[in-house]
Amino acid sequence: MIISIASGKGGTGKTTVATNLALSIKNAQILDCDVEEPNAHIFIKPKIQEKIFVFIPVPQIDKTKCNYCGKCKQVCMYNAIAILNKTTLVFAELCHGCGSCTYFCPQKAIKEVDKEIGFTEIGYGSTSFITDLQFVHGKLNIGQAMAPPLIRAVKKHISSTRVNIIDAPPGTSCPVIESIKESDFCILVTEPTPFGLNDLILAIEVLRKLKIPFGVIINRSDLGDNKTDEYCQNQNIPILMRIPFKKEIASAYSQGVPIVEVLPKYREHFKELFRRISNGEFN
Amino acid sequence: MKICITSQGDSLDSAVDPRFGRCQYFIMADSDSLEFEAVKNPNMDSMGGAGIQSGQFISDKGIKVVLTGNVGPNAYQTLNAAGIKVVIGMSGTVKEAIEKYKKGEIKSTDGPSVDSHFGSGQ
Repeated sequence: MIISIASGKGGTGKTTVATNLALSIKNAQILDCDVEEPNAHIFIKPKIQEKIFVFIPVPQIDKTKCNYCGKCKQVCMYNAIAILNKTTLVFAELCHGCGSCTYFCPQKAIKEVDKEIGFTEIGYGSTSFITDLQFVHGKLNIGQAMAPPLIRAVKKHISSTRVNIIDAPPGTSCPVIESIKESDFCILVTEPTPFGLNDLILAIEVLRKLKIPFGVIINRSDLGDNKTDEYCQNQNIPILMRIPFKKEIASAYSQGVPIVEVLPKYREHFKELFRRISNGEFN
Repeated sequence: MKICITSQGDSLDSAVDPRFGRCQYFIMADSDSLEFEAVKNPNMDSMGGAGIQSGQFISDKGIKVVLTGNVGPNAYQTLNAAGIKVVIGMSGTVKEAIEKYKKGEIKSTDGPSVDSHFGSGQ
C-alpha cells in the first residue's frame, strides 16, 4: 500500500504527519521524496546502511561524426542543445535525460554519459519504540534542477509487502506529481488560514486529475478561521484529523521529537486513521 | 551590418527590453540604412532555455551584434559560440541604442551580466 502526504502550501506539517503516521503503525516504510530539502530524518533519526548515487544520461557529441544537421536540437523539448556555425552546444543542466537526441541522430554521433544529480540513502528507524521502520530519502546535489529522476530513484525502493508512506514536496508542480502518482491514498495537510486554503484547493485539483482518493488533516486547527472546514464540507471532502496548536507539540517539534513520543495518545489516533484509510472508508 | 536590438515593441521608438532570452521583440536592423524588421520573440514564454533558443534564433537570422540590457550565462555561451558580439547595459529607445552603437560609445561584453533565470520573472 502507498499513502502519500502532500499539501500545496509549504510548512503545513507534511513531515510531521508522515513521520508520526510511520511511527504509529507496523511494517511501515517512509520515503522522503522532498529531495530538495529532505527533513524526515530529523524526526526518524535513521541508521543509514546504504548510499546510492543517482545519475541521468546526458548527450555527448562526437565532433568527428556530427554534421550539424540540427535533428537533436529539433527533438529536444527542453532547449538543451544549440547548433551555431560549426559548434554543437549541450547544456547539461537543462537536459532531462529523455534520450531523444541520441535516438534520432542520423549520424549516430551522440553517446550518453552519466551525470550525477544526487543520491539516495536507505536505512531503518532507530527510535527505541519502533524497530521495523524502513527509511529512504533522496538528496539532490546543489545546483541541480532535476528533482523527478531522483524522486523516481527513491520510489524504486517502494516495497510491495510494506505500508509505504511518501513525504511529498510542497506545491503542485512536477516533483509533487512524480512523488504522489500511483498512491492508493493521499493525505493533504493544511492549516486553517486563507493561505492554507488557497493552496489546498490547488492540490485538490491535482488529486482529482490524478484520480487519487484523498482526505484532509487540519494542522494547528484551533487557529485561523473556519473557511477550510466549510470548503471541505461543501466539497464532501473528509477531514481525517485535527491537530491543535499545542505547546507540547510545538516544543517537541522544535527539538525534532515526534508528537507520538510526547503525547502517546496520538499513536492511537494515527493507528485509527491508518485503519480507516486501509479499509477504504474515505475512497 | 545587421544588428539586433531586444525591444518591448515593434518600432524604432519602442523601449529597449532589458531582457535578452525573454524580450518581447527582436528588432533586426541594418545599422547604416536603419531599415528594420520587428520579429515577435517566439521564446518569450519558453519553459526553460529561453536564452539559448533566442541566441540560436538570432544566429540563424545572420545577426552579428546584439544590443540588450542583460544576458545570462547560457545565452552568453550560445551567442559567443555563434560569433555574435553582445552589447549590454542598453536603455532608452531602440533608435537611441542604435545611434549610441554607431557612435562607438559602447563596447561589447566579455561575459554574462546576470544569473540564469533573470528574465523569467521567478
